[in-house]
Amino acid sequence: MTETFDFALVNWSRGLFALTAMYHWLFVPLTLGLAYIMAIMETIYVKTGDPHWKKTTKFWMTLFGINFAIGIATGLILEFEFGTNWSNYSWFVGDIFGAPLAIEGIFAFFIESTFIAVMYFGWNKVSKKFHLLSTWLVAFGASLSALWILVANAWMQDPVGMLFNPDTARNEMGNFWEVFLSPMAINKFLHTISSAYLLASVFVIGVSAWYLLKKREVLLAKRSILVAAVFGIITAGYTIVTGDGSASLVAKNQPMKFAAFEGLYHGKTGAGLVAVGVLSQTPEDPNYEDLKEFYFKIEIPNLLSYLAFRDFNAFVPGVRDLLEGNEEHGIMAATEKIKRGKIAINALAAYQHAKEAGDNEKAAEARRVLDENFQYFGYGYFDDPKELVPSIPITFYSFHLMVALGFYFFLLMIIFLWLLYKDRLEKAKTLLRIAIFSIPLAYIASQSGWITAEVGRQPWVIQDLLPTMVAVSHINATTVQVTFWLFAVLFTTLMIAEIRIMTKQIKLGPKDEGGK
Amino acid sequence: MFESLSHLALQQYWWMIISVLGAMLVFMLFVQGGQTMIKTLGKTKDEQRMILNSLGRKWELTFTTLVTFGGAFFASFPLFYSTSFGGAYYVWVTILFCFVIQAVSYEYRSKPNNFLGTRTFDAFLYINGALGTILLGTAVATFFSGSEFSVNLMNITNKFNAAISRWETPFYGLEALLNYRNVALGLSVFFLARILGTLYLMNNINDENIRKRGQKQVLYNTIPFLVVFLTFVIATLLSVGFAYDPQTKVVFMEPYKYLHNLIQMPIVAASLLAGVLLVLYGIIRTILQQFYKGIWYSGLGTFLTVFALFLIAGWNKTAFYPSTFDLQHSLTIENASSSKYTLTVMSYVSLAVPFVIAYIYYAWKAIDKKKIDASDLIDKDQHIY
Ligand code: HDD
Ligand code: HEM
Ligand code: HEM
Repeated sequence: MTETFDFALVNWSRGLFALTAMYHWLFVPLTLGLAYIMAIMETIYVKTGDPHWKKTTKFWMTLFGINFAIGIATGLILEFEFGTNWSNYSWFVGDIFGAPLAIEGIFAFFIESTFIAVMYFGWNKVSKKFHLLSTWLVAFGASLSALWILVANAWMQDPVGMLFNPDTARNEMGNFWEVFLSPMAINKFLHTISSAYLLASVFVIGVSAWYLLKKREVLLAKRSILVAAVFGIITAGYTIVTGDGSASLVAKNQPMKFAAFEGLYHGKTGAGLVAVGVLSQTPEDPNYEDLKEFYFKIEIPNLLSYLAFRDFNAFVPGVRDLLEGNEEHGIMAATEKIKRGKIAINALAAYQHAKEAGDNEKAAEARRVLDENFQYFGYGYFDDPKELVPSIPITFYSFHLMVALGFYFFLLMIIFLWLLYKDRLEKAKTLLRIAIFSIPLAYIASQSGWITAEVGRQPWVIQDLLPTMVAVSHINATTVQVTFWLFAVLFTTLMIAEIRIMTKQIKLGPKDEGGK
Repeated sequence: MFESLSHLALQQYWWMIISVLGAMLVFMLFVQGGQTMIKTLGKTKDEQRMILNSLGRKWELTFTTLVTFGGAFFASFPLFYSTSFGGAYYVWVTILFCFVIQAVSYEYRSKPNNFLGTRTFDAFLYINGALGTILLGTAVATFFSGSEFSVNLMNITNKFNAAISRWETPFYGLEALLNYRNVALGLSVFFLARILGTLYLMNNINDENIRKRGQKQVLYNTIPFLVVFLTFVIATLLSVGFAYDPQTKVVFMEPYKYLHNLIQMPIVAASLLAGVLLVLYGIIRTILQQFYKGIWYSGLGTFLTVFALFLIAGWNKTAFYPSTFDLQHSLTIENASSSKYTLTVMSYVSLAVPFVIAYIYYAWKAIDKKKIDASDLIDKDQHIY
């Protein structure tokens, strides 16, 4: 029996998951948002009967289809990866986690795949109303699929509604509604889909801006900007509000992640929010273990306390407080949690042995100990408290990048609506260029969001219960490495194909056709 | 309503749902089979494009069925999910790869500036149709022949060696290809998918030449299909199967286990028999007459046949995922399932399935009212692959 972890295995598996999830997320947000934008456009077409609106709708539908296909390709692998690469995870929490995945398939994916066919192949075959309904159902189905997977993800951040069963050595669902309606799940869903809608708005505005600069398809571009900017301003506002909601839930449920967001080493009452900052790094301190100061920061006083706990003077624990404990504020030291975690794990083993030996009394006693300490179960897998700290720089920078971009997009939407209102769009060349340039920024914001959320929760797969290193499948690292490169090459190739097809279609512009 | 069922009844119910989804999936593999017939059935560019457009309207449904099959298996029998996917790793990852490359191919194949070229995407479709079906069939056959894995729940308490399920060969599932029964089922699925694909295309496309060639191709594929399928069925029914004692849960080898299952569950036997006859009926009428509705008969037949095969693998005190490494580690619907509570919740969800089927049927009827023909290729309002 080896006495060390196979870290190569764990790291390649993490890399594989991050790679495939991030590729999936490269395509999903556009699908989510563009579907609604198309549905709104088609609604206007059906209401006004103006064939140009139909042409506009169909143009965006072409881009949608190209993006959708690769979104599906990248999603398949993720679903099965829970089994192939995180098999322990699949057993330990499969009783709860499998349900949303199955529900997603039965409810959401079938709606999408059925009505998308009507959307593409049903023109002139079904009534206008039924076609419009199908387009709305595609939009609705896409968001519904986001809902279920995000419920699953939120549950990993804040595991609720379950009970540990020592006989099966896994967590079992105790209350479906608690899982489904947990504040974390609702907030995560709202923030993620609104950010996706925002991304699609930025995309539509950027592409339209390109047409305006080229003096092509002017009517299509202006109409598209109108729809996208209105949709965008609402969703940008909503993204900010729900992002704030996410932050305060993280502060409550995942204090370590929250400290990492802000690079907060030493807890403070009335903590300030770092608006812009550069972490100090010294060569002697590669892991930022003794980080004291920022090189540089602009801080808004007391705001962090308010964001986290809705109280300007609340205490926000820092990394140090969480590791060493802070009696004054009732924070248990990590070493104590580790100790209790080990008690829980040993109690589980004792319970099993006692049961096998038929010693009910002993089993009952072990079970009592287990239940008492179960809250800290996952900590028992660690020895060194330092392992409990996620990568602070990655989390800090990605979080700040996302937030800054969030405000930037809100501003961008306001400007575009205003220009449209004043009818000065075509002359605002610089702004049109900025809009094109903003498309990649939206993707960066979106990816940063996930990096914040997922890297920030390390070393946990399930917060406090299951560390990443215990979740992996028993396969060898080389195998996973091969899989990693296989999918890295495949997805990169497909992405290049997608981008080339997409830009070509944009250059070709909308097709002329007989309207009806 | 489901609350009053016992845990065992729920487990049986869920094995039935898995069987339904598995049977639907194999039926829907006509898309994959069709993909291997494009050049055989279509000789001109236009014929080939009609075929591609006909299949291209259905591929997502097959894909979604696969995804849902996986999700439902995860939710209802998570130990299978962790053991099989995490163990027979190479086989499953290759299957996934075959489906990933399919998903972009229809949409991208004929678009300008598509980087890889039409021929590459067409090759992707062929690989998906051939390798995808063979490996899926092979993987399912291990339900009857077993695999070398171990399961030990208590590993979780050992921090350095925490994996519960382990594969006990270094080939991570590829060893399944060495068993002739597994390969026979894999090839059966492949040829059956080609037959179904051809029948579907003959029904969906109104084209003289495609239909004429289809008639011949159905015959050519039926002969090897019958050889491999009968090999698998006869070998399996005569084989020693994996049974377990409902009281002690001890797994043991029982001669003619799967044959006994058929005899002890006459309804399942009837489903298998009816299924096989319907498949043959659809084929034979297509070969002998100007008959284009064969897909409905052979399709339903496929569903019933596969449904029955899944049921004899998991019902009637049979270990559905046997371990040949240690019999007692075999997975049964009792030891691999979710908790009673989860199965109950999921059972309510399963009530949606008939509605899903109903709206799919309705939507497709609307689109398929008019058969595909050459005029579709020049219609500006159409989405052409
Ligand atoms: C266009 C994309 C985008 C934009 C502009 C923003 N976000 Fe965001 N954010 C996401 C896209 C995103 C996301 C990709 O949707 C994430 C990743 C995981 C999740 O739940 O949503 C996310 C996660 C995420 C999290 C982590 C949640 C967790 O760990 O569970 C927080 C705290 C915020 N966001 C906060 C904000 C704030 C305060 C913003 C603005 C002012 C903001 N986000 C703008
Ligand atoms: C699609 C958007 C997502 C992106 C971009 C994303 C990104 C990432 C990243 C970057 C990692 C690696 C973190 C690290 O190891 O340091 C990761 C890990 C992981 N994420 Fe996500 N994630 C996404 C969605 C999800 C969802 C929806 C789930 C669950 C339902 C999930 C579950 C996991 C798991 C199980 C791991 C592997 C274990 C780990 O390393 O933490 N992710 N993800
Ligand atoms: C890591 C966890 C995830 C898994 C296992 C997963 C799984 C899948 C699968 C299997 C598909 C293909 C479905 C089909 O056959 O139609 C898919 C597509 C999709 N997924 Fe994901 N997904 C994950 C993360 C996400 C997230 C975080 C979102 C949204 C917030 C999302 C939204 C979608 C949408 C909208 C589609 C359909 C459209 C498209 O692919 O572009 N997924 N996903």
